[in-house]
Amino acid sequence: MADTPKNSSSKPLSSKPITGAEILIRCLHEENVEFVFGYPGGAVLHIYDAIYHQDKFKHILVRHEQAALHAADAYSRSTGKVGVALVTSGPGATNAITGIATAYMDSIPMVIISGQVPTYAIGEDAFQECDTVGITRPCVKHNFLVKDVKDIAATMKKAFYVAASGRPGPVLVDIPKDITADLCKFEYPESVSLRSYNPVTKGHLGQIKKALKLLAEAKRPMVYSGGGVVLGDASAHLIKLIQSMGIPITSTLMGLGGFPASDEKFLGMLGMHGTYEANMAMQECDVLLAVGARFDDRVIGNTKHFLSNPRTIIHIDIDPSSISKRVKIDVPIVGDVKSVLADMNELIETEKASNQFVQNTNALAAWFKQINAWRSKKCLDFAQSDEFIKPQYVIQKLHEVTKGEAFVTSDVGQHQMWAAQYYKFNDPRRWINSGGLGTMGVGLPYAMGVQFAHPNAQVACVTGEGSIQMNIQELSTCAQYHLPIKVIMLNNRYLGMVRQWQEFFYENRYSESYMDSLPDFVKLAEAYGHVGMQITKPSDVEGALKEAFDMKSRFVFLDFITDQKENVFPMIQNGKGLSEMILASDIGAEDL
Amino acid sequence: MTTNAPRHIISLLMENEAGALSRVAGLFSARGYNIESLTVAATEDPTLSRMTIVTSGSEAVIEQIIKQLNKLIDVVKVLDLNDGKFIERELMLVKVKATGAFREEMKRMCDIFRGRIIDVADGSFTIELTGSGTKLDAFIESLDKAAILETVRTGASGIGRGDRILKV
Ligand SMILES: Cc1ncc(C[n+]2csc(CCOP(=O)(O)OP(=O)(O)O)c2C)c(N)n1
Ligand SMILES: [Mg+2]
Repeated sequence: MADTPKNSSSKPLSSKPITGAEILIRCLHEENVEFVFGYPGGAVLHIYDAIYHQDKFKHILVRHEQAALHAADAYSRSTGKVGVALVTSGPGATNAITGIATAYMDSIPMVIISGQVPTYAIGEDAFQECDTVGITRPCVKHNFLVKDVKDIAATMKKAFYVAASGRPGPVLVDIPKDITADLCKFEYPESVSLRSYNPVTKGHLGQIKKALKLLAEAKRPMVYSGGGVVLGDASAHLIKLIQSMGIPITSTLMGLGGFPASDEKFLGMLGMHGTYEANMAMQECDVLLAVGARFDDRVIGNTKHFLSNPRTIIHIDIDPSSISKRVKIDVPIVGDVKSVLADMNELIETEKASNQFVQNTNALAAWFKQINAWRSKKCLDFAQSDEFIKPQYVIQKLHEVTKGEAFVTSDVGQHQMWAAQYYKFNDPRRWINSGGLGTMGVGLPYAMGVQFAHPNAQVACVTGEGSIQMNIQELSTCAQYHLPIKVIMLNNRYLGMVRQWQEFFYENRYSESYMDSLPDFVKLAEAYGHVGMQITKPSDVEGALKEAFDMKSRFVFLDFITDQKENVFPMIQNGKGLSEMILASDIGAEDL
Repeated sequence: MTTNAPRHIISLLMENEAGALSRVAGLFSARGYNIESLTVAATEDPTLSRMTIVTSGSEAVIEQIIKQLNKLIDVVKVLDLNDGKFIERELMLVKVKATGAFREEMKRMCDIFRGRIIDVADGSFTIELTGSGTKLDAFIESLDKAAILETVRTGASGIGRGDRILKV
């Protein structure tokens, strides 16, 4: 692992001109970048030569550009810092698109540097030319094409600023090869200001007061927290708010860990595979506070059905365009969630001190009674088996063995939902997955990014046999950098989530959802120099997990052969409302 | 594109940089918003471009359009002209048949609509006409379809009335 770069205090100036590539590297040093995830190629050779001559950040050589993007993305998700990736022009840039779009959908701050053909060749269909700025435009927060070596430093400064401020997101800087060879003195701007970009951070106090009054007077108040709480580092403030008001809270897939799952007031995740109590409470509440969440289709189900229960909605979000996008908001509060929650907490304290803070305590007690009745459905209970390994059981044991302290990355599918439901996250930035784009293949590169950022932490990648094969080449990167990741593969020999939908909506016609010709994953892991294990019996699950996590310095690939027909419950079918869930108990799992 | 949703004229100022136009055009196509017309040119301050977009949509859609435009990093200011009083003008050039009886008829129509004939050829006139979109539509409507050889419209430009100014 690279040493943490030191922050230079004086204004950096190179007295004699240096190359554009060297300037770029100096910019990364100024931004205290620890890792650059990348892959070389013609258009970035000058940049790679400059990297060769420095040791302040570490360059991580992946095996596919998509993985570089995902690793940089997870580095950011797990630390809150800006992730950095470097790719070459043409195919390097196009390979990066999935990673950029994934980060964009989940508002992850990243700076992506892409090489471009020389300025004089742009537009001539030069070798490895593509319109990277054009292709990425719809999936970046912003992008730049640098046309003059004199602009590199200012552009990089802007890129980092735009990526990390406001609602964060990926910013791409496309740099033609000749620009990286041109000479210029290096001067890094100390600050940036853009007349066209001034994100609001402070929430409107009048609105905050109004919101608090509504919540205090509510009969059935409810908080719904999203990824914005995690990204905005607002967890402590949210906990304080919930504790001082004593009201129930649910979280989106992206918000997990923003509020401790072990707390009494936490109703679990909501949405398509949310808990019965969370979805019912969301539907039945009379005042809803949404914090850094965006009412997306997987969360509130059918909008009309959701709105059929009257309720007053308060929405805190840094992005004005998130407010009233899908659901009309009664009390919008635009601002940084942390700052707004801090203001709310302060207001509560002041009002409490002067006995002005009066809550509807009787109604609240009745509300919790109702919630507990919903809870008693025990919607996450599942039938254990001595014969087949239940995927839910693996996650429960993973939680136990890692004491709930691991960083858990996941891919996309049933295994992702089980990980979200059964690994009870108590801390933010521990649960790393692709919520918005739902990108299969992120799991392993995500685990890499997290392990680089937290070399001594336990990192588990929960995946499926379908997803893992989308970036399986990264087993090589993990070997090169000795990453002690533990892959927890829930191998159901199906594209399970697809199969589940085919069972519900296509009368069990399993069109192309069976995963045939799987490799021997144990041998595959071993071929890369890793430890591989296959687990077929429920009684071996715990032992295998312990053994794997005891191998502190080894990458271990655990292939759990799980019950092929297990489905994810509760489930809200497409187009249905929040309270119209199908529970495991409604359906004998065997009937399917 | 024609819809029954109310028509709005959105005026915006953005950094005059390469690709700025495609960011706006891309936003409209990506999110499925209507564009009736879009005009753009640099302002008296060459670092800024002024864009006028004619669109239509429900109040909620227009609200989203304004917010999404504001979210573009290059966009400095956005104004929905329909939020107050404004003036709208569009320029149209129409080439019409001007033979036989048409020659007098075209001159007459042009006068009624306060257009100008800016080019005269043996068989045709080119008429220049400015006004609101509806006035230009009305002119086209009133011409014999068979007489119209070609029409070119700029799309609307709009400006607030009186003290209503969009400036940095
Ligand atoms: C790149 C990509 N392609 C397709 C999909 C659609 N998809 C969602 S879940 C899924 C099945 C995933 O299978 P597996 O990784 O084995 O997980 P399981 O559902 O079986 O746990 C598919 C194909 C996707 N999310 N991402
Ligand atoms: Mg599977």
